[in-house]
Order: sequence, then structure tokens, then C-alpha cells
Amino acid sequence: MTAANMLLDAAADAGYYALFGRSAGPQIRGGEAAALVRLSSEPVTSVDDTTEILLAIDWQNVHRFAAELPLDAKCVIITDPTQGDVPEVMAKSGARIVELPMKDLAKEIPGGRPNMIALGAICQLIGLPIDTVTEVLGKSLKKKRADAYEASVAAVKKGAEAAGSMGTTKRLPPVSDKPLRWSITGNEGAGLGAVRGGVTFCAAYPITPATEILEWLTGALPKIGGTFVQAEDELASINMCVGASFGGAPSITATSGPGLALMTEALGMSLASETPVVVVDVQRGGPSTGIPTKSEQSDLNIALYGMHGDAPHLVVAPNSIGDCIFTTQWAVNLAETLQAPCIVLSEQSLGQSRGIIPAPADVAFTGKRSIAQSPAEGETFKRYALTNTGVSPMPVPGTPGCQYTADGLEHTETGLPSSQAGDHFAQTDKRLRKLTGHEYGDHWATVEGEGELAVITWGSSTGAAREAVERARADGIKAKLISLRLLAPSRPEAMGKALAGVKKALVVEMSQTGQFHKYLRAEYDLPETQLLNRAGPLPFRPHEIHSRLLAMGGK
Amino acid sequence: MTECTAITYTAKDYKSEVKPVWCPGCGDYAVLSSITKAFADLNLEPHNTAVISGIGCSSRIPAYTNCYGFHTIHGRSLVVATGLKLARPDLTVLVAGGDGDGFSIGGNHFLHSCRRNVDMTYVVMDNRVYGMTKGQPSPTTEADWDASAMAPPGGTGLTPFNPLAIALSAGANFVARAFAGDPNGTAALIAEGIRHPGFSFIAVMSPCVTFREEQRDWKNVVRKTETAPATDASEAAKRLLQDDGYNIGVLYKGDRRSYKPVTGTGKTVADLDAQFAL
Ligand SMILES: Cc1ncc(C[n+]2csc(CCOP(=O)(O)OP(=O)(O)O)c2C)c(N)n1
Ligand code: SF4
Ligand SMILES: [Mg+2]
Repeated sequence: MTAANMLLDAAADAGYYALFGRSAGPQIRGGEAAALVRLSSEPVTSVDDTTEILLAIDWQNVHRFAAELPLDAKCVIITDPTQGDVPEVMAKSGARIVELPMKDLAKEIPGGRPNMIALGAICQLIGLPIDTVTEVLGKSLKKKRADAYEASVAAVKKGAEAAGSMGTTKRLPPVSDKPLRWSITGNEGAGLGAVRGGVTFCAAYPITPATEILEWLTGALPKIGGTFVQAEDELASINMCVGASFGGAPSITATSGPGLALMTEALGMSLASETPVVVVDVQRGGPSTGIPTKSEQSDLNIALYGMHGDAPHLVVAPNSIGDCIFTTQWAVNLAETLQAPCIVLSEQSLGQSRGIIPAPADVAFTGKRSIAQSPAEGETFKRYALTNTGVSPMPVPGTPGCQYTADGLEHTETGLPSSQAGDHFAQTDKRLRKLTGHEYGDHWATVEGEGELAVITWGSSTGAAREAVERARADGIKAKLISLRLLAPSRPEAMGKALAGVKKALVVEMSQTGQFHKYLRAEYDLPETQLLNRAGPLPFRPHEIHSRLLAMGGK
Repeated sequence: MTECTAITYTAKDYKSEVKPVWCPGCGDYAVLSSITKAFADLNLEPHNTAVISGIGCSSRIPAYTNCYGFHTIHGRSLVVATGLKLARPDLTVLVAGGDGDGFSIGGNHFLHSCRRNVDMTYVVMDNRVYGMTKGQPSPTTEADWDASAMAPPGGTGLTPFNPLAIALSAGANFVARAFAGDPNGTAALIAEGIRHPGFSFIAVMSPCVTFREEQRDWKNVVRKTETAPATDASEAAKRLLQDDGYNIGVLYKGDRRSYKPVTGTGKTVADLDAQFAL
């Protein structure tokens, strides 16, 4: 992991874009782990079809990763002969096998480590100047530990030298200018999006793979005058957020599926009492505790339908690492503007992956929470007034004359509990139309390209779909990408426009039971549709979608 | 707590026009009056005071006051209130509810609220029964109570919780017992709890005349404590060992610092961007 991080930093310094995912076993610390790095001169939002270079420092428990490391005859496997044979699962791919005695080479340098030999070899093979690597080493080691720095530089150089005789592999294209880029994970992005959206309060309970959001907010919120609390459980965290929001502080919590399940009752209270709150669910493999460290797109149903009663609310989903920033900021804005709960469906593969991404734009949304002012003498304040938009001004406690009791019980316009049919009709209608009548603009989806074929997808599957659509276009098949960012409420009109002229659609999702497909069929008029779906955690590779598009396009 | 010098409030100023749903004779009427009297004694501004509750007969209280209120969901009043108080330390926050709400479904939050010691006051109207759902035994119900169709014959056989002992051991900074039949005494205890920094817990014996008729007799058995509040937790614990559950007054007043999360070094969101830019 250290070597992979350095490779990423060096590539970033040299001007490249990158996607860096990791796969680790269930161990708490240490143990086997695989670093999956894709570098490019163009922005990358997907894993590639195969692995071009597989470098194994050792082969411990490699079976746990084999499925995540697709190989073919064009790949190069670099192996240390002292660590045993290349396992059959890998060797049978027909990949070229090259030996690099990393352990022994490292021993020749006092304090040398095999992972630095590996780093040097990889840089040499892909054409990343060794200077950029030694510079990165300098930044992280030189001041603190001069001896470790010298040893690492020597090891990197030795590795590079040894790689000279390994034959050719695919090399990075040269980059002339260095565009403005960021290095960020999706989870950090969600945290940043939250504060960009104005969040000043977060209460949360740790859970993989959402913990990094909390970790980032723990440090960031106090810096900007906000508050972070670690709660005793998810029931506490969501309810604290609702309480803080009632007090006027835009609030967020982050969790994964098991935590979201615990939060649903409080989300209903947020909805009924019209107290805004945002929950980020970084999805893991489900159901139950499932696969905490790996991705799946299978919390769609609970996010859309998990609440009891007729419960119109907001569900949004980022579709890239960078989009975690934008979508979370948007979520806060929507929740605040519409006084409703908003669930952000992120994923492990977005949240825990690092990207070198184009520097995100500074986005400013116009809407915000509508704040009630003290009523005129003799007038009664109506917290749940039936306005045209369905949104009614919400007071900040401390405002004289606006006292009301927020309630999960159905209520009248003034907020008094009511079990009368008329009040229930009026208030359920208000809570629905404030969401359906809102103007969400182009943000509802990422729509790219034109054609009679469309891939309809969401979340992390978007990157592979984008690449597949581009490849199909190169093959003469016109296809478009529709990746939904706003999952609830649905936007039939906008979808109608996006699907104009589309004759066939391919729905792509990482859910065994096709949750997204069923949702699309319930909410939208679709053309003839095919489904490409499976359970997580293996990400879709562009070629899988591409070959389906070729078949659908008659090629 | 915000003291106001311009206006002098009376208990009436904290009452709303909403008519309570409670049965005639329910102890909760008196507790409502005690709460509003305590607010008046402290001259709190209604708009700077928040009453937060869960679900149950007793939890209906917020709408009967003229303060900001939140009638939350079953068992979650303390955590909603904690979020509110942490986001808005300037407000006076009072939490109210029942024994089922606070000690059963909300039990975990009760423990952690005592431990967190956020500056707020928790009034539990303990009637040793689930009133709202019509008479099931609660965590404070006597082991042999079976006078309801909802209780097993011979009772649950379970030893009731001692909420004061739990509050004390979990770290509450103020622990008291009150009796609804003594509204002035209860008001004084609530006012003292609000004034005391940190988490104040006041268990009010509030009869459920519908499902626990026999609680009407509480007035004959309760007695005011003669001893001054303990300031030492082990001393308070010792007193609890001899307590029969009918001593009214402040048991314990601690000096633990109330919880305040770290905040504020005056950075902007743009400063946070900088850590990601290459
Ligand atoms: C999640 C949930 N479970 C169950 C209920 C039903 N319920 C409402 S009030 C209550 C018990 C209330 O007892 P207590 O807190 O002692 O209040 P009391 O009515 O005695 O004042 C129950 C079980 C609910 N509203 N929500
Ligand atoms: S059922 Fe009991 S607690 Fe509920 S209102 Fe009636 S008397 Fe009071
Ligand atoms: Mg009760």
C-alpha cells in the first residue's frame, strides 16, 4: 500500500489522472492487500478490462483477490522467485511471467525494502520518470528519516535498473501540461460536499466503509466552527442530527446499510416534522452485515422504500469519486430547501477509492432553508402553512412568537396533533408536492452522447458504462449514457426527454435482484430494455457492457 | 439558560391552549404545572426554551407548553435534545417522558446521556406502567404486579430498575426524586435541576389513575428527605441502598464539567479545499 500510494503521488506530480482502489481481507490491520491502480493522461472513472501489470511482492492468500484481478495473455506478471510459483489461477491466463528477486535485491541495500524495488520496477516499465518518485520519497521521508530516504532511493533505482531487461509493457503517454487536479477519496469528498453545502453538525457511529467520512468531518467541522459528536449508536446519531437541525444547524450523518436500517424510523420523523437531515449511506455488500469492505448497489430499495407510511423524500447518488463532492453538497441544499430527509447512496468503491481527478468547480446553489420571522402582533404563526410550493417557513428556536411543536404525529397547519382525514390529506399532499414540484435542473442525471441505444445506470457502474459507450461509438454504434443522480423523486419528464429517439436501453446495476431495473420500470416509460446485473463486489468492466451494446446494435 | 429582565413571566405564559388528552386525575397534569411553574420561577423566555419528548401519555407535554417543542419518536427524546443543545447551547432544554420511553426503548440513550452530561434536564413521569398502550408492565413495574390483563398472572417476576441508581452510576450530575402530588416541591426540584450544570435527572412519581389505581395512595407514603443532597457519589449510593423508593428530594449534586464538543478555530470551507489540491 505504501508503494502504491507513492506511485500515485509520483504520477500525480507528473501530471496524470488516476484511480486507486484497494482490496483487503477482513483483518483489522496488516495482512494481505491488493492495490489496484489505473493511471491515464485523461480523467479515469472506471477500472479497465484487465490488469496490465500484476506485481506480486508475495503470493499470500492471493486466492482471495484472484477474482478481482482479471488477467489475459497480454498481461505481465512480475513475481519474486523466492516467494514460490505463480499460482495456477493466475498462470493459466497465459500472461507473460517475469521474475524479479525483490527480496534479494533489497537485501543488497542496507535498510532496503522489497516494496521500493517493486516501485522502481513499475515506474521504469510504465515510463514514469524515476525523479518524480525520488521527489515523492523526499517529501515523505527526507526530513524525518534521512537513512530511510537514502535506502528507499537506492532501492527504487535498483528496481528500475532490474526492470530494464523485462521487455516492453504498455507505457503512459507523455503529458505536456499539468492540469489542475485534486487527490481525494469519495468519502473525503462527501465530507467536503457536506461542509460546502453548509453543514455545521454531524453525529455519527463508526461503520465500514463510511468511517472515513466521519474521520474527515471530526477534523474539519471544528475548524469551521461546527460540531462533531460520536453517538452511542445510529439511533442516536440520526436523532441528534434531527435535533440539531431543529435548532437551525444543517446536519448530516454517514453510515452503511446496517446503520441505515436502524435510522429509518427517525427518517420518517424528519419527513413528517419537515426537519431537514442528510444521511450518506456508503453501500457495502448486503444483506445483514454482508461484506463490509466491498461494494454493491443493493441499498436502493431500503433507501427508496424503507420508511413506513407514504413517505416522499429525497434520494441522490454520486456517480464518481469527484461527484461525491457535488452530490453531497446538492443533497444538503435539497434537504434544507425542501425541509425533507435526503439519503445519499454512495458506495464502498467510490468512498474508499482515491482519485486524481480534475479540480472540481466551486458550486453555489441558490436555494436555502426558508426561515420564519416573528409574526405581526395578533397573528398566529403556522409552521405547516399550506403554501403554493408546499414549503413553509421554518423558525429557528429563539425567534419570539414562532414557538411550535415539531411532531411525527400528523398535524394541522399550526402543528397540533390531528387524526382528521382533512389534515392528513392536506399535509401528505403538501409533503409530496413540495418535492415533485421542485425544479431540479440538469443535475437529475448525467446524460452524455446521442443515439438509438442507451445505457441507463447509476452510481459506481457509471464509469464502466461511460467507457463502453465511448468504445461502441468508435465501432460506429451511436449510444448514450444516462446515469441517474436523483433517484427520488422520479423525473418522468426529464427522463422522457433524455430517452427521446432511444429505441433500446441497457440497464446496468450491481444488484442481484435488479432493484434499479424494477424501480425504473415502476417510475418511467422505458423503451425495449435489457438488464445487465449481478451481485457485488466485482465491478463491471467496460468490455462487459460494450459487448452487450454491440449485440444490441446488431454488430 | 437565558434570563430576561424586561418581562416577568408567570406559569400561565408557558401553557398553550391545547387541551391535554390525559385521563381525569392523571398525575401528568400536575407535572405539567410544575414544569411551567419552574420555568416561571427562573423567568425563562418561552422562545428560548425547548421541551423535547418521546412517545407515551407523559410525552404529550411539549404541545401543552408555549415553548419550542419536539414530540419525537418512542425512546429518542434524549438524543434529539442532545443534538439540539449541542447545536444551540444558548437554549434551555428540558426533556420529558415516561418510564417505558426512557428506561426501556430509550434505555441506552439514558445511560449515555448521563455519561455525556450535556447541560439539560430530564423529567421522567414514572408511573411504573405503559399508560398509552393500555397497561403493560414497564421496567419500573413491581415484580408481582398483575392487576392488568396485560401482565402475566403473578407478575413478570422481574426486579424493577432503580432509575436513580442507574443515573448516579452512569454519571448524571444531578439526581432527584419528586412526587406529582406535591406540585410546588416538584417545581422547585425541576428549577434546581435546570439551574444545576450538566445532565440533571428528576424521576417524578406520577400516578396512572387508570391502570395503576393503587398509586393514588402514594400521597400517604411519600416523605420529604431531611438530609441535604450528597455531593459525593458514594455517599449518594449508600443512601440509595437504604432507600425504599418513597423519599422525595435531591439525592445527589455533582460537580462534573458538562460536555462541550470542541469547536471553532475560524477556518473557512475554502481553507479545507486546499488539502486536496495538487
Ligand atoms: C417504536 C415504537 N414502539 C412502540 C410504540 C408504542 N408505544 C407508544 S407509548 C408506549 C409506552 C409508553 O409508556 P411510558 O413511556 O411509560 O409512557 P406513559 O404512557 O406511561 O406515560 C409504547 C410501547 C411506539 N409508539 N413506537
Ligand atoms: S392512561 Fe394513565 S398515564 Fe395515561 S393519561 Fe391515563 S392516567 Fe395518565
Ligand atoms: Mg409510564
